[in-house]
Amino acid sequence: MALSHLASSSSRSSPLLKPLSSAIFLRRSISTDTTPMTIETSVPFTSHQCDTPSRSVETSPNELLTFFRDMALMRRMEIAADSLYKAKLIRGFCHLYDGQEAVAVGMEAAITKKDCIITAYRDHCTFLGRGGTLLEVFSELMGRKDGCSRGKGGSMHFYKKDSNFYGGHGIVGAQVPLGCGLAFAQKYSKDETVTFALYGDGAANQGQLFEALNISALWDLPAILVCENNHYGMGTAEWRAAKSPAYYKRGDYVPGLKVDGMDALAVKQACKFAKEHALKNGPIILEMDTYRYHGHSMSDPGSTYRTRDEISGVRQERDPIERIRKLILAHDLATEKELKDIEKEVRKEVDDAIAQAKESPMPDSSELFTNVFVKGYGAESFGADRKEVRATLP
Amino acid sequence: MAAIFQGVGAAAALSSSPSNSFDTKKLLCSPRRSFSARKGASFVVVRSDGSVNFDLNHKGRRAQQLITNAVATKADSSAAASSSKPGHELLLFEALREGLEEEMERDATVCVMGEDVGHYGGSYKVTKGLAEKFGDLRVLDTPIAENSFTGMGIGAAMTGLRPVVEGMNMGFLLLAFNQISNNCGMLHYTSGGQFKIPIVIRGPGGVGRQLGAEHSQRLESYFQSIPGIQMVACSTPYNAKGLMKAAIRSENPVILFEHVLLYNLKERIPDEDYICNLEEAEMVRPGEHVTILTYSRMRYHVMQAAKTLVNKGYDPEVIDIRSLKPFDLYTIGNSVKKTHRVLIVEECMRTGGIGASLTAAITENFHDYLDAPIICLSSQDVPTPYAGPLEEWTVVQPAQIVTAVEQLCQ
Repeated sequence: MALSHLASSSSRSSPLLKPLSSAIFLRRSISTDTTPMTIETSVPFTSHQCDTPSRSVETSPNELLTFFRDMALMRRMEIAADSLYKAKLIRGFCHLYDGQEAVAVGMEAAITKKDCIITAYRDHCTFLGRGGTLLEVFSELMGRKDGCSRGKGGSMHFYKKDSNFYGGHGIVGAQVPLGCGLAFAQKYSKDETVTFALYGDGAANQGQLFEALNISALWDLPAILVCENNHYGMGTAEWRAAKSPAYYKRGDYVPGLKVDGMDALAVKQACKFAKEHALKNGPIILEMDTYRYHGHSMSDPGSTYRTRDEISGVRQERDPIERIRKLILAHDLATEKELKDIEKEVRKEVDDAIAQAKESPMPDSSELFTNVFVKGYGAESFGADRKEVRATLP
Repeated sequence: MAAIFQGVGAAAALSSSPSNSFDTKKLLCSPRRSFSARKGASFVVVRSDGSVNFDLNHKGRRAQQLITNAVATKADSSAAASSSKPGHELLLFEALREGLEEEMERDATVCVMGEDVGHYGGSYKVTKGLAEKFGDLRVLDTPIAENSFTGMGIGAAMTGLRPVVEGMNMGFLLLAFNQISNNCGMLHYTSGGQFKIPIVIRGPGGVGRQLGAEHSQRLESYFQSIPGIQMVACSTPYNAKGLMKAAIRSENPVILFEHVLLYNLKERIPDEDYICNLEEAEMVRPGEHVTILTYSRMRYHVMQAAKTLVNKGYDPEVIDIRSLKPFDLYTIGNSVKKTHRVLIVEECMRTGGIGASLTAAITENFHDYLDAPIICLSSQDVPTPYAGPLEEWTVVQPAQIVTAVEQLCQ
C-alpha cells in the first residue's frame, strides 16, 4: 500500500484514533474538500535524458473523488458500449478503453482546456475527459444526429473543437504529425499551451512519428508525445513488434519518461512535468504503462494472444479504479457505501444517456452532402447549373 | 532535346524586345524560355543550356507558318509589350510569389512549409525572398519528410492557421497521400463540420524535360476521388496568381497543380488585387465547331494546334478547365450545347485520368447535345521514359490534336 501522510492543515487530530466519528464528520465535506494532500506514487518514474519528476503528488480529497467518479463513469460507459455493440446498435469498429482510464483522467487533471489533445481511435474516454457528454458519445456510437460528429464520424471520429480535442483518427499513427502541427500552431500564436499527441505501442513503430518528432525537436515545438503502451498492438505483443520496446527511449535525442499508466496520480504528475518541459525545451515523450481489458476492438476476443490469467491478474493488482478506491478508503475520504453509491449513480447516468440516445433520430438524408466542403468563399459554383447539387435519395 | 514549342519568323523580333525577358535573378540549371501567352505571338526555342536556337527542323516535325493573331481572343491583342499598357509583366513563378506574398501580408496566419522554401528560396523560386521578409516561423524549411510535414500542415490548419504546403515535386506528395486523403479531405465531414482545413497544397508536376519516370508524375488523377478537396491547375501568370490567392483564402483544402515547364511563362497582369474563382473554367478562345477542353501545359499544345486548325478552316473553342475538382460543368455545358463536339486534351494518363472523369461527366449531363463521341487525348499509360523522343510521344502533341479535331468534325 502506498505511503501516505496528510498535510497538517486538517482540523482532525489524528485520523486513526476515532475513525468512525471522523468519517461521519468528514462525510459532509468530502465533495468540496480541497485540502491539499500529498501522495506518493507506488512506482518510480524512469527517465531518458531528463530529470524525473518527484514521486510525491499534490492532490486533494476533492480531486481523488473526482478521479474516482470520472473513472467509474468511463468504465461504465465502455461496458455499456460493449453491450450495445453486442446488441448490434453500434456497428463497425468499437475500440474500448477500459483499463486505461487513469491516463485520460490523470492527463486532464494536469492541463487546461486550452491545451490540445489528439488521439487515435480509442477515444471515447478521452472525449469524455475533455468535456464531452454521455449523450454525445452514445448518439455518435449509434450513428444518431445528436452525436458529437452528427452521426457522420462514428466511434473512431469523436471531436470537440471548443475544448481543443482534435480526435479521433482511424489510421494508426497519422494523428502524430497532426498533433505536431497543433503544437506548431500553438507556437505560432504564442499561446503558452501544449499539445498531447497520444498513440499506442503499435503506432510507435510508424515512420511518420519519427519524422514528426524530428521536425518538432528542430523547431522546438511544445509537443508531448504520449505512448499509451498497453503492450499489444492489436494482436501482436510489443516484444514481437518492436526491437526496442522501451518506447520512452525511442526518441533518442528527445527526452522521455516512463510512467505507471494505471496510477492516475502518477499520470497527473508526469503530464504536469511534461507540460513545463515542453514549453521550455521542446518535445518530450511520455510512455504510459497501461493495460486494456477488452480486446483490441469488439471483434477481437482479446484472449487468443494473451491468457485470461494475465488479464485478471492485472485487474486484481493494478486496476486504476481500485487503486483510487483503496486510497480514498485508506484516507477516510469516503466510506465504502458512498463509493458504491457513486457507482450506482454513475450507472444510472449511463443508462439514462443510452435511453436518451436511443430516442435521438438518425441523421437526415440531406446530411449525406453537408460538410463535404465549406461554403462561402466569394463566387462559388457547384454542379451543371451553377446551383448546389442536390441528390434525392429514395 | 529541348524544344517543345516551335516558332518562326517574328521570333527574333520578340526575343529582343523586352530587355528583361529572361529573369534577371540567377536562374540555375532550369531551362529558360520566353513566352507571351495567349497573344498569338511567336515562340522562341530555347535550349536547356540557355542558348537561344532557331533551329526548327526537329525530328522531321514540319515547321509551321505562323500567322500572328490567329488565336487572338481579344481585339486589342498585340505581340509587342508596350509600357503604356496597364499592369506589370512577370513570369509565372513570380506571379505565384506575388500572390503568396500579398496573401501573407494580408493575413498573418498564412505560412509556408516545404523543402527548401526558406533560405534556399524555393527550388522553383516561388518562395524566393519570403523567408527574409517574413521570418523563419512563417516560411519554414522542413526536412525531407512529406508525410509528416503535410500532416503538420493539416494539424495547424485545424486550429485556424492557413498553411501553404509545397511539395517540391507533386510526385513526392504520394508519400503524404494518407494525410491528404484521410485527414485533409475528410476531417471536415467526419467531425460534423467542427474543423475547417484551409490548407493549400501546391507544387509542380507533369512531364518535364527528361526528368525520368518518378519525377514526371501527374497526380491529378490520384487525388481526384478524394472527397472534400478542391483541385485547380494554373496555366498562365494571370490565373496562377489569381488561383493562388483564391486557394489561400478558401476555407476548403485546395490542391494547386503547377507545371514544371510553365514556370517561365511571361505575361502582363493587372496591378490591382484580383482573384480567380476556384471553380470556374477559362474561355481561352471562343469558337463554333468543336469544344476543346484542356488544362495546364496542354493548353499550349492546344493553342499551337489551334493555329493549324484555323488555317485549315476550323473554328475551335478552347476552354482551359482550370478547376479539376469540381468541374465547371456550367461553362463546359454551354460550350457543348453550342458546338456539339468535344475533344479533351490532357496530360494525365488515359486510365482513370481527369479526362476519363470529364468524359463521364459530360456524357452523363450533356449526352443529348453531342453529335459525336467524345475524344479524349491523354498521355500514354506508361512510365515516362527518359529518352527524348520517347518522352515527346508520351504526351499529346499538337499534330495529334489536329488529327483528332479533323476526325471529330467529319
